[in-house]
Amino acid sequence: MGMKTQASKNRYPQDKYCLEAEGVTKNFLLGKRRVVALDDFSARVKEGIVTGLIGPDGAGKTTFMRLVVGLLVPDKGRVTCLGMDSTRDFLQVQTAVGYMPQRFGLYEDLTVQENLDLYADLQGVPRRARPSRYRELMKMTGLGPFTGRLAGRLSGGMKQKLGLACTLIKPPALLILDEPTVGVDPLSRRELWHIVYRQVEEEGMSVLLSTSYLDEAERCQDVILIHEGHFLGQDKPNVFSKALEGHSFMLTPYGGDKRRLQEVLSERPEVIDALILGEKVRLVTVDAMEPQEVKRQLQVGVEFDVHGVEPRFEDAFITLLKKKRESEGRPMVQRAISPSRVAGSRDEEVIVVKDLKRRFGNFYAVKGISFRVKRGEIFGLLGANGAGKSTTFRMLCGLLPASEGELKVAGHNLRRARAKARARIGYMAQRFSLYGGLTTYQNLRFFSSAYGLKGRRQAERIGWALESFDLSNLKDARSGTLPLGYKQRLALAVALMHEPEILFLDEPTSGVDPLARREFWHHINALAEANVTVMVTTHFMEEAEYCDRMVIMSQGEILAAGTPEEMKARFRTPENPNPTMEDAFIALIEMHGQEGSA
Amino acid sequence: MKRRRPRAPGGGISMMRLKGLVKKESYQIIRDPSSIGIAFVLPVVLLFIFGYGVSLDAQHVPMAMVIDKPDQATYDFVSGFGQSEYFSPVIMNNIQEAEEALIQRRIDGIVWLRGNFGRALLSTGNAPIGVIVNGVDANQARITIGYVTGVWIKWLGRFSMEKGRPLDIPAKVDYRIWFNAAVRSRNFLVPGLIAVIMTLIGAMLTAMVIAREWERGTMEALIVSPVKIQEILLGKVIPYFVLGMGGMALSVAMAIFIFHVPLRGSFLALTGGSALFMLTAIFMGLLISQAAGSQFVAGQIAIVVTFLPAFMLSGFVFDIGSMPRAIQWLTHLVAARYFVSILQSIFLAGDIWPIFFSNCLWLVVMGTVFILIIRRKAKKRLE
Repeated sequence: MGMKTQASKNRYPQDKYCLEAEGVTKNFLLGKRRVVALDDFSARVKEGIVTGLIGPDGAGKTTFMRLVVGLLVPDKGRVTCLGMDSTRDFLQVQTAVGYMPQRFGLYEDLTVQENLDLYADLQGVPRRARPSRYRELMKMTGLGPFTGRLAGRLSGGMKQKLGLACTLIKPPALLILDEPTVGVDPLSRRELWHIVYRQVEEEGMSVLLSTSYLDEAERCQDVILIHEGHFLGQDKPNVFSKALEGHSFMLTPYGGDKRRLQEVLSERPEVIDALILGEKVRLVTVDAMEPQEVKRQLQVGVEFDVHGVEPRFEDAFITLLKKKRESEGRPMVQRAISPSRVAGSRDEEVIVVKDLKRRFGNFYAVKGISFRVKRGEIFGLLGANGAGKSTTFRMLCGLLPASEGELKVAGHNLRRARAKARARIGYMAQRFSLYGGLTTYQNLRFFSSAYGLKGRRQAERIGWALESFDLSNLKDARSGTLPLGYKQRLALAVALMHEPEILFLDEPTSGVDPLARREFWHHINALAEANVTVMVTTHFMEEAEYCDRMVIMSQGEILAAGTPEEMKARFRTPENPNPTMEDAFIALIEMHGQEGSA
Repeated sequence: MKRRRPRAPGGGISMMRLKGLVKKESYQIIRDPSSIGIAFVLPVVLLFIFGYGVSLDAQHVPMAMVIDKPDQATYDFVSGFGQSEYFSPVIMNNIQEAEEALIQRRIDGIVWLRGNFGRALLSTGNAPIGVIVNGVDANQARITIGYVTGVWIKWLGRFSMEKGRPLDIPAKVDYRIWFNAAVRSRNFLVPGLIAVIMTLIGAMLTAMVIAREWERGTMEALIVSPVKIQEILLGKVIPYFVLGMGGMALSVAMAIFIFHVPLRGSFLALTGGSALFMLTAIFMGLLISQAAGSQFVAGQIAIVVTFLPAFMLSGFVFDIGSMPRAIQWLTHLVAARYFVSILQSIFLAGDIWPIFFSNCLWLVVMGTVFILIIRRKAKKRLE
């Protein structure tokens, strides 16, 4: 495969670079453990384009950006930014660069205008130049009507746009954005990208932008891939995906046994990646082949229809990661968690929600929603931050009483028999609420005791968890110091200790690396196979594709319900024959005349 | 594109950046109820508690009077006690009953006039009395004994005058109390309390607001802007200095107009000393915020290293002179100690320049040390 992982140096011989990193190494001490954030990392950023720094959480993206602006000092190697040494001349670098940290420093008790004034003062923008610059920025960000509002009262998307406006108040030569789109609804995300590109096109600005969303890589003009502190590759995004031309397929199983098909396929040596998407399975193979060859070579006992599809950036990233791991002698092993089967018919409705409302003061966070979930289904609750999905979720888990409406989980009315219903459900909270000070083993023991397991049964379940989630080696490690992927595994193990028949997952995989996400969904599919009902909330459009059925929520209401395929099919147009889930989501929000960011 | 090759942000402090920071901080103070609370509500509450609630004076102490043989003289003596504002005498029949009452804490002490009181008074002009005091609170006990002695000697003097006979006791105590003639502990506590309040505003508030900037991620965006570290520091010092002096003015006004503490020194000395202490306290706050990572830790450190020592080791309540030698040495590290001394002398004695300047000198030394450490440690870096 022609992927250039090394020789990125003279790809653009006539190009100028605004940023060059050579052999940068940076270590941190985490407790007593030494963590390598960057390991001999080299990359160059070209002038006048948008370069993406792409990698999962904990890959070293933030460390790299902080090194560039001189907030950190490298242990080894050097970073040159706009011709200046980032370590030695960091004061000059900071003056020339516009840097927007991940949690941008908006003062929440200051208004939009006061925040702008502060950054204009700090950047030394002359007073005469301000009114026109403000007007320009407000028009670009759409924040004009909100200049008197406190920044703390803005939505996540508006906050990010204000942060960007503050960073751009004096147009910098190089704009560095650390995960600007995290926690931002799809509509605002699009607007942010639009603003970034305007800077490049109209001002000739250079941009370095980090993200853990792989679908955003395709919006960059050049991407640097980073994983576990290592440089994985750098090129134009379509070069990465082009290299996989002929490797990607969409399989439609006859009889709808998509889970079995996916499971068997992912164990075959010819297969790099097999992923459930709605009713279909997306396949990436090691070698390029014709669709007919796929059918012939991969006889897996499940009949399917196959056609070739455009490779995505994510396919390339997964391929790179897997090859790297194999070359390091630690290939991915899919472990089976072999859950025990939950009795009951798959037609039984285990979650029934009817006219559910939740009021906080005068404000209805949930305005009368209804849906039903059958046993063994994976059901998604999709929506931007503030759509009301977390509130709905908390009511379903019995953490928050409903104001009005019917709410039945596992046959128990949650408004009356909350404790009974709760014993039948497992809950994995956002950011994995584990006790960071306890070891892996102690967390397992604590949570299993909390669910009433004891004696032999408890020992058995702990043994099962350590074995099936490959946590035995980390039994005595403090869970707070575990890498994100392991925390996620442990959190899932903890939620499954008492073998619940319904599993609630709150934003389960945002930010974890794509391999860990696949492993996670592999387990979730196995659970669904065993009749466990799974309910997922997410603002992450891709994750929604793994669901059997879903609802899209906005401002406390359900805008649409159906399978992922149905959702996307509704918005198929001649101009956009293959809409993504994000396209569907944005179209829905716009159709309902709601401003996604308000 | 134009290649901007910016020069290092050298030279002096930019007024534009500094004004921007001060303005921002002021908005935050005005909109954050907890800053206003610490600066203006807390002083009022503390002053009322200490001004009215806590008193180191003995007043209306319940005392049992046990009189073995009542006669004209004992009647006269007891009524003398009744007139004193320090005591509420209770007549009891015998010493056993009084002791019982003392154990039950219904009374704080016993005055026992034995059977020979009247005779001794008439024969020698000197009549001993027995005094039993509950010594659990040593301070209160000592004050009570002092007052009983005072009442007794006064009564003896008056009695012998009436009888036209010189008093036959070894030495006659004739005392005058200086600086606080009414011996009101309020006059002494309130100025000390102002030092404690200002420590709180200066050190705790400043430490917490900087820690808050780290916690909320605003500091990272701030330090990568062209701002200079001196400007960030000044941008904190100026608004909190103004806020602290406002709290100070409020406390002084309350001390003078509500608690009627005399102000014998000049406003100039008061303002100068306060300004100096305010700066030292703010520098302590800055230093703490550099060491602490979170608001919570900053608050805890500020309480332990500034507020509690200001309370206990500054001489505000407890006299430094009567502390063990080692603790006395320790009090030299407490900035509030110097300010308490300045305040108490300005309020109760006047402008005593040697005291004023020697204490100011100590404050200058401490403030300088703090600011030097802060400058060394403050970096536009995350490590």
